[in-house]
Amino acid sequence: MTEVFVSRPLLLVVVPLVLAVVIAVLGRRIRVLPPLLALASAVLTIATGGMALARIHSIGPALHEVGGWMTSALAYPVVMHPWFLASEQSLRLAGALDTLSAIMLLVVGLVAASVVVFSMGYMRDDSGWVRYFALLAAFVGSMNMLVLASSLTTLFIGWELVGACSFLLIGFWYEKPVAVSAAIKAFLTTRVGDVAMLLGIAILVVTTGTDTYEGVVSSIKGMDPGLVNAAAVCLAIGALGKSAQFPLHGWLPDAMEGPTPVSALIHAATMVAAGVYLVARLWPIFDAAPAARAVLLGAGLVSALGAALIATAQRDIKKVLAYSTISQLGFMFVALGVGAWAAAFFHLVTHAAFKALLFLASGSVIHGSGTQDLYSMGGLRRQMPATFAVWVVGVLALAGIGPLAGFFSKDAVLEAVWHTSPLAGMALFAATLLTAVYAARTTRLAFFGELTEHSHAHESPATMLAPLFVLAVPAVVLGFASGIFAESLAAHAEPLSIPISVAATLLALLGAALGWRAAATGTGAVFARIPRVSETLIAAFHWDAFVATALVRPVTSTCRILWAWADRFVIDGAVEGSGRVTRGIAAAVARLQSGDAQAYAAGIVAVVALMMAALILMGR
Amino acid sequence: MSVLILSATLFALGLYGVLTRRDFVGVLASIEVLIGAPLLLLVGLGAAFGGGAGIEAVGLLVIVLAAAEAAVGLALVVAVAGRTRTTRVEELTEVRG
Amino acid sequence: MLLLDMLILLPLAFAPLAWVSSRLNHRWPRFFALAGVICQGAALAVVASSVTSAGSVVRGAIFAGGSTIWMTVMDGLSLPFLVLAVAIGSLAVVASWNVTKAPGSHHALLLILQGALAAVFLADSLVLFYIAWESVLIPMFFLIGGWGSSNSRRAAMKFLLFTFAGGAVLLVGVIVAIIQTGSLLISEISAAGGVTTPVMVFWLLAAGFLVKLPVVPLHTWLPDAHTEAPTAGSIVLAGVLLKMGGYGLIRVAVPFAPEGFEGARVALAILGVVGIIWGAATALVQSDLKRLVAYSSVAHMGFVALAIAVGTAASVSAAVVTMVSHGIVAGLLFFLVGALYERAHTREISSFGGLGVVAPRWSVVFVIASLASAGLPGLSGFPGEYVTLIEGFRAFSWWIVPAGVGVVLAAAYNLRAIAGTVQGTRGSSSGILDLSTRETSVSAACVVAIVVLGVAPHIVSSTVVPVIISLFPGMNGGL
Repeated sequence: MTEVFVSRPLLLVVVPLVLAVVIAVLGRRIRVLPPLLALASAVLTIATGGMALARIHSIGPALHEVGGWMTSALAYPVVMHPWFLASEQSLRLAGALDTLSAIMLLVVGLVAASVVVFSMGYMRDDSGWVRYFALLAAFVGSMNMLVLASSLTTLFIGWELVGACSFLLIGFWYEKPVAVSAAIKAFLTTRVGDVAMLLGIAILVVTTGTDTYEGVVSSIKGMDPGLVNAAAVCLAIGALGKSAQFPLHGWLPDAMEGPTPVSALIHAATMVAAGVYLVARLWPIFDAAPAARAVLLGAGLVSALGAALIATAQRDIKKVLAYSTISQLGFMFVALGVGAWAAAFFHLVTHAAFKALLFLASGSVIHGSGTQDLYSMGGLRRQMPATFAVWVVGVLALAGIGPLAGFFSKDAVLEAVWHTSPLAGMALFAATLLTAVYAARTTRLAFFGELTEHSHAHESPATMLAPLFVLAVPAVVLGFASGIFAESLAAHAEPLSIPISVAATLLALLGAALGWRAAATGTGAVFARIPRVSETLIAAFHWDAFVATALVRPVTSTCRILWAWADRFVIDGAVEGSGRVTRGIAAAVARLQSGDAQAYAAGIVAVVALMMAALILMGR
Repeated sequence: MSVLILSATLFALGLYGVLTRRDFVGVLASIEVLIGAPLLLLVGLGAAFGGGAGIEAVGLLVIVLAAAEAAVGLALVVAVAGRTRTTRVEELTEVRG
Repeated sequence: MLLLDMLILLPLAFAPLAWVSSRLNHRWPRFFALAGVICQGAALAVVASSVTSAGSVVRGAIFAGGSTIWMTVMDGLSLPFLVLAVAIGSLAVVASWNVTKAPGSHHALLLILQGALAAVFLADSLVLFYIAWESVLIPMFFLIGGWGSSNSRRAAMKFLLFTFAGGAVLLVGVIVAIIQTGSLLISEISAAGGVTTPVMVFWLLAAGFLVKLPVVPLHTWLPDAHTEAPTAGSIVLAGVLLKMGGYGLIRVAVPFAPEGFEGARVALAILGVVGIIWGAATALVQSDLKRLVAYSSVAHMGFVALAIAVGTAASVSAAVVTMVSHGIVAGLLFFLVGALYERAHTREISSFGGLGVVAPRWSVVFVIASLASAGLPGLSGFPGEYVTLIEGFRAFSWWIVPAGVGVVLAAAYNLRAIAGTVQGTRGSSSGILDLSTRETSVSAACVVAIVVLGVAPHIVSSTVVPVIISLFPGMNGGL
């Protein structure tokens, strides 16, 4: 049955969206329906991804060549639907499955399914039960659209729809003003990137005359290099916005106001990784655009290092994970910047597994202990042993300790970067160290040490633990799949280089030791001895304050001036003024009307005389 | 030539009367003079250029018109005077803006 | 086809019935109004089936051949506007279901408005076009002045003077066109290649259309009129009346004076982009919900002006899609704000909050409509803006970037409206009732239309494109 979904992939968009509507309409009557249907859309996604991989494998190692660029074979030819014009040359909705999108479908489906099951426990007492699962199903549909897209239009529609779902889910508890402003911030920041991306799409569509991936990619070689660079930079800015990379990163930490399972699904594993997926998907364009790669590299480096630094000083467990996500995505962007798109994508997949695991585990911690504040936790390993076990798996994978998944993918990234640019490589090594620092610090603060007195922590129910263990499996074993991975993507794979792995592992261990010690100090901050540094880090380099002063406030006051002064005072004043002027002129003219008939007659005579004089003078 | 001068003089006199006389009857009389000026010009020039029944007919028409105008004008004056108790032009300024 | 003329005459015939029936029972006029609009819709459905095949044309039957004054014609370009007019008309009738002040006259005026609007979109004779154009103003003037809020007479006067001034300039343009070509028929003049002094005629005609659209700085009548008008008035004003401006540009101004249009494209594009940013920036700082929606109309109509200025087949059909979308979305938003005002007697954003709990149905519809207004893909606001920006890049390259700023601001003001009403803490709005079944069903119909147009905009663009290609001589390729 799922074969239909492989051959007509856009059904994978329609079905979850329809299920979302069904949930919204019928969910109130039957309580099990919402999670069941949301789970169904996630399982359908997994099944389709698996079937597609099987079919591509059965086709054989045949590669698909587009404009001189080799990629994996498509499961079925691209299916297109007219969207804007019905003519041949027009914007179309198109979807197709190849290895890249099939793997991404598996990631989305697996994380979504875990999150749905987890949420059945986590959201049990929430009044927004129906809305929550409807939005989850809608998110799966939108994300599938982004993943399956085979035309720029389809991509952009999915791209913005996931943003809308993210907006509605961050603001899920909409009676909390913080959640509402976080949701707005997320939508607006990503919209800035989206507009840049739209411009990039416009450049590509206008110069190549089509919006399908195949058409665009095969015309890249003939394009003016300046335009290719411009288009790719625009697309890269869109990717930075969605993946919360510097300077468009400010929204992701705030987005933690949403329910924790949502953070795991959208703000750790799938949507924020869409930027990486986009670049990997459209790699031939970036391959021809060094300027765009420089943008990716620069933004990735700043994000990887800066966010890791910030993460070492946060006291909210979700904020630590949020900055960790920015940092890890930074690793992927650096890899993209040096051209190692397959390594970046591999890290995306492993990161999705261990970061979703960490987020869900933190959700379990929050659920059990009733707080998000690391300083109020402590000693939880006794009350929540199962959560503790999976948390350790996730943290080891995050820190890049072998043989867990993160070790392999991070090494692939480090290696590619080191060989291209040792300077960037050094920065990433530093970030690796910092990763281990915050990982160890957070673990010690939450799970070790003494129990706080008022702690009534308890282990979470089975519905919440089961998905944790499911996610722990890929977080452990996925690393060994790196070879198959690169091969199936038709990408060049480097064997593990021993010196780099050893160096990375040693750095991670050193960082872990530092973080472990830091957690024992009074305030728990790594740089507690230097207050100015730790304050700056706690305030995340004052970035939000900077954006507020430099951008938000000037814009709003300009808008206010535009309205109050230019619109109301000048233009409307001119309009109302024209009325007043007319009335004044009328009053003046009315005075001429004296009622004296002889004065009128004199006027007539004078004018007639003038006209005659004029006629004579003009010689007629 | 003399007809031209005479006609112009008559016209100027009539115009002066229309513009300056302050009683209705005087204004009406001045209008009669004013109408006489082109009539004189018509008949005079008609005779100078050979005349004809057409000219005379038009002349008669103008005379009848002037008489009718005088009659209607006087009737209006009587009606206005009956209502407003005045025949002075400057006092009738009801349409002042 | 006689039914085509019936599109104009049917609502007009129902108008006196609605008026007289109010003497018998104050509930009857609304049924007559609804019946009038439904009959109009039924007639349209029958006629439309013979237009949907691309490029075909239906002509009116009354006086056919005998007169050049009453000459009606329907093609693929008129069809979307007529559908919009009927849909918005029924929305307006439902929105004014509970009018207590002189319901007979109110519904009669609505029906007259429907007839006049249909005549604008159907007229092939310039005389009928101009008469219909101006006669739209009169019922609208009385609706705003008679049923609006406190300051409505002043707003009605401003609306009337503005649009009459524009109409006067338009009239000069129409007369010059008639004299220069010796024809009264729009189709004949267009087919003959237009007038002999294109630059002057284009600007004369465009001046009238641009006031109606409106573009900045000719827009200040709009926020006042929208804010003061009764709900039905705002709905029809935003939903259909503004579209007359865009329709006029596409149907009359450009085909009559193609060379004039060619020279005016840059100016028109600047007006459009200024409108996009201006409308969005001013909407962002409004405290009155209705005024916010009104200024958002300025921004959306800026997109229409920009799309027409770009002048490719794709962009002009994008202008039509934007107009249809904005008609539904703005109509729905005014409907929702009106429903809220009916219950809370205030439109200040700050006095609401937490409506998601209090009025969930209202909230869902409002969120969807606002997101559509913000141009979210999958909803109707997106395709027009998307194609306009792409085609705009083709025509004006990087100069199109400021329009992108408007897109970000559009998200900002719409999210602010959502945050202030649906979201946030429950303030004084706890007692507000949710939408009634009647209101929910029309809102749901609008939402369906918004989604359908967003998913498959080609249903509009494919009917419109053949007509546009025939109207815009020497059009650039485009998509």
